[in-house]
Amino acid sequence: MVSNARSNKGVGGRLLRKEDDRYLRGRGQFVADIKMSGMKEVAFLRSPLAHARINAITIPENLKHKAFCWSNMSGVKAICAMTSLAGFKKSEQSPLASDKVRHVGELVAMCVGDNRAQAEDFLEELVVDFDELPAIVDMVSAQQKGAVLVHEDWGDNVYLESKWDGDLSEAKANASITVTRQIRTNRQCMAPIEGKGVVAYWDNRMDQLVLYTSTQMPHIVRTGLAECLNLSQANVRIISPDVGGAFGYKGILTPEEICLGWLAMECGHPVRWIEDRREHLTANANCREHEYQVTAYADDIGRILGLEAVGAVNAGAYSAYPFSACLEGAQVASILPGPYIVPAYQCNINSISSNKPPILPYRGVARTSVCFAMELMIDAIARKVGREPYEVRLENLVPPTAMPYTNITGKAFDSGDYPESLRRAVESINLKGIRERQATNEKDGRRIGIGFCTFCEQGAHGTSVYHAWGVPMIPGQEQAVARLTPDGSLELRIGAHSHGQSMETTLAQVANEILGIDPADVRLVHGDTQYTPYSTGTWGSRCAVMSGGAVSTACKALAERAAKIAAHLMKLDLKEVQIIDGQAKGAASSISLAEIAEAWYYKPQILAADVDPGGLEVTVGYRPKIDTGTFSYASHAVVVAVDTELGHVEILDYVIVEDGGTMINPMVVDGQVFGGAAQGIGTALYEEMPFDSVGQPLASTLADYLLPGPTEIPAFRIEHMETPSPNTEFGVKGIGESGAIGPPAAIANAINDALAPIGVEVLETPVTPRRILAAIAEAQAGAQS
Amino acid sequence: MKPAAFEYVRPKNLAEALTLLAEGQGDSKVKAGGQSLGPMLNMRLSRVNQLVDISLIPELKTVSDDSDTIIIGACITHASIEDGKIPDVTNGMMNSVAAGIAYRAIRNQGTIGGSLAHADPSADWVISLTAAGAEAVISGPNGERRVGLNQFMDSAFETKLDFDDILTAVRIPKFSKQARWGYYKFCRKTGDFAEAMSAVVIDPSRDYCRVVIGATDTHPVVITDAIDLLTSDEAIDACITKNALDLNPLSGQMHRTALRRCIKQVQSL
Ligand SMILES: Cc1cc2nc3c(=O)[nH]c(=O)nc-3n(C[C@H](O)[C@H](O)[C@H](O)COP(=O)(O)OP(=O)(O)OC[C@H]3O[C@@H](n4cnc5c(N)ncnc54)[C@H](O)[C@@H]3O)c2cc1C
Repeated sequence: MVSNARSNKGVGGRLLRKEDDRYLRGRGQFVADIKMSGMKEVAFLRSPLAHARINAITIPENLKHKAFCWSNMSGVKAICAMTSLAGFKKSEQSPLASDKVRHVGELVAMCVGDNRAQAEDFLEELVVDFDELPAIVDMVSAQQKGAVLVHEDWGDNVYLESKWDGDLSEAKANASITVTRQIRTNRQCMAPIEGKGVVAYWDNRMDQLVLYTSTQMPHIVRTGLAECLNLSQANVRIISPDVGGAFGYKGILTPEEICLGWLAMECGHPVRWIEDRREHLTANANCREHEYQVTAYADDIGRILGLEAVGAVNAGAYSAYPFSACLEGAQVASILPGPYIVPAYQCNINSISSNKPPILPYRGVARTSVCFAMELMIDAIARKVGREPYEVRLENLVPPTAMPYTNITGKAFDSGDYPESLRRAVESINLKGIRERQATNEKDGRRIGIGFCTFCEQGAHGTSVYHAWGVPMIPGQEQAVARLTPDGSLELRIGAHSHGQSMETTLAQVANEILGIDPADVRLVHGDTQYTPYSTGTWGSRCAVMSGGAVSTACKALAERAAKIAAHLMKLDLKEVQIIDGQAKGAASSISLAEIAEAWYYKPQILAADVDPGGLEVTVGYRPKIDTGTFSYASHAVVVAVDTELGHVEILDYVIVEDGGTMINPMVVDGQVFGGAAQGIGTALYEEMPFDSVGQPLASTLADYLLPGPTEIPAFRIEHMETPSPNTEFGVKGIGESGAIGPPAAIANAINDALAPIGVEVLETPVTPRRILAAIAEAQAGAQS
Repeated sequence: MKPAAFEYVRPKNLAEALTLLAEGQGDSKVKAGGQSLGPMLNMRLSRVNQLVDISLIPELKTVSDDSDTIIIGACITHASIEDGKIPDVTNGMMNSVAAGIAYRAIRNQGTIGGSLAHADPSADWVISLTAAGAEAVISGPNGERRVGLNQFMDSAFETKLDFDDILTAVRIPKFSKQARWGYYKFCRKTGDFAEAMSAVVIDPSRDYCRVVIGATDTHPVVITDAIDLLTSDEAIDACITKNALDLNPLSGQMHRTALRRCIKQVQSL
């Protein structure tokens, strides 16, 4: 009944983005663009100390009703992210600090002013009496016996121990080589262009708290907010307008959202808070701090016999809602083997609490750190056995003949040719040519290096995966509403939200694929709990698969309804009618969807007596055949020039061979991969959120927190493979995070390739000039002694 | 990050600006391009009662010629110099340096005088114009005076400017045709402040050879008779050590490299 004829506007079409018209004209509507009469601005007093007891907070008389602390917020509940994983210790994070502060930047009090400057003036009049406590900053001291406790009732500083038990005795006995490395990704920030922002007011007509917030998951924020504020969910409406990048930072319930919701109710006028960059960097958007010691046992050609890892994730002071502080740690244990066949495996990762801001899931989540570790290990193995690193990868990658393949940790790889992506990358980057070039000296004295990485990305993981986690939000059926309007255009409603994924375009393409409606006539309604079906939101590279699948399924159901009406109007048998190009077509006649809609809405007298009373509006749920996730994969190849006198690294060439299954819109896929890879370069070379020994953040502006800019990002050369997933609509796979996973590994491998001849190996991100110079100095000192 | 409240005034001429500063008794501050002052006010690291905006005062935006010297008004922007709108007397040095300051958006606003007055030891004008042998022209309650840039900075962010002074112009000696210059700065990324930087100017016709090393913790290192440094890498290394720039060995390595590469530029001409 539904035609699969491909138009250039359907699945696979290179359509320009519908949303760009408003974005490029500066007409997007972000939280900070919202103006309301009587709206006042909020500023937060944030803790200047990493760990301290609060003895008293003094609010001067003139600021009563303008300044508030936790004792004013009676009845409000703390944020508490739970998991059912055995041994998990929960943290209670009151939106404003109660008795103790646990990281610099934690919210202590808030002031409401006519404008932000005045609110900040008020903050200066508040007096907080702190008793400073010793701070837990690094993961080693956090785990020492007798360490100061971040949460006193825990008895230690460990949220959770994540273990993967395995027997390595055979691997150890048979190994020709053993390689051990201590590998670390330092703490960094996320830095979307738009920071967080909240506007809240009480709507008396609807008896609702209306909260605009820049979020990836409006429905989850509604659930969490209602819980913390003791409201029924019917009394809360969350609107997420245009979102200027999120990357995981906006996939949480924040204390500021709760504070603003409470203020809106307490003060009776609209309030807003727009995060500034200092708040963003120092207090809020931290991520990525992992360190593990990895040991690989391999044979003499570099085939891995066994893998062993022990390490920790510095998850910070609190467990972020909903994913908790052990999302990353537990993920590490389950994905470290990567795209490889690892016959024996053992891993032990602790999720540590410390006096730093909570660690949040940044694009790639644990995969970036894990890929960094595993891929550096592969290169270390290759150097030890004297082979090209890509050859060692090929020895170990899961071959296409083994697909679908379930790996040692139970990950069900769905489809693809992992080795082929690497072979193409080797070809495209011209490994042979680079090796020849390396044999001659560069005129400018720099050293050339080439690096590779291969990884797979589980995306759109569903019920079974998250049920095992026991998080408060287990994704099930993803729903979409499809509604034909009386003039025959299409309205789609989904509960996920776009923060740069181009869903207004790609979901219109999905609808076009099924109904033939021009994408220009498709409107996507999302980002508002009032109008959209419940969804856990946009995260985990899930929306192309889940929302795309839901829209496809809904459009098919709508097509069936429309075809039935059409068949009656056309006096044909249902079997004779097809929905193509926005029309119902019979052998000799056709009527448009607009005519069908007109009949349903305006001329019910001409409809069949048994017409489906649901009409031209359907709500349908979707879930892939196998819900453990799609596995996209990629190989990155990079050539760098390293200045050994200054430690500077220049990227000379960058190739990405990517397989994200069927592409809904190849240009959108490119955009996702490019953006992610730019962020990956930030992780690899520039971005770091350092702290001193008492837990003070050492970067507080973009002058000391370095983001790569246009001149630091190479012109990526991207090649696509398109192996459909057997489990999803159209064979689509999730690839939203992919770009951000590979670069640190590929770039560090390239640097190590360049510096191997002088005995240098770097094992830590970001690979800054100082780290490179220090490693060179160390190698020289080692050579001399 | 919003500043504490302040008065904003925009005097029409230099005399009016000087009066306002004097009346302010230290609680008024000059604003030129605002590119350094703005962030400090926003973060409340700096506070003023009154901001005296001099950026549109015509006298501070002029360029004049004084035989062997060119006088560039303090409120000329980096971008004007980058774009060649100011006559070049430095054999291309100033255009080249201007183009490497921060990002275009900052260069459109930031001024040559503001940069010198701000006195960041990593600032491009501080290092390059000191190497060029430029002088600051300062107006204060007691009239006008000139201070050589090698004497101008007392330490990082500290200068000979009093609260009631305005830097009105920079006097730059004209380079002869034979003059050569070298400039090298190492930044982790475009627009970032330098980790290490050096400038050298040699003008045989004036018997002039000066090297300046920036990105220091205090005022830049100025070597007025630098001809020795041109002879060997050992002399360069010794200079870095002598000026205690290698107390942190990694920083020392960067300073050494920047200086070597800067000097190589004049040697290879
Ligand atoms: C992101 C960023 C990157 C930057 N990168 C670089 C770089 O790579 N290299 C570099 O050199 N600079 C850099 N800068 C600084 C920039 O060049 C500034 O423009 C410059 O330092 C200050 O000039 P201004 O005109 O903006 O001065 P303002 O910010 O207005 O003033 C700075 C200070 O000087 C005082 N002042 C200004 N003019 C006068 C005057 N005529 N007389 C007396 N006092 C005065 C002010 O009172 C204030 O204390 C950067 C700035 C930013 C924000």
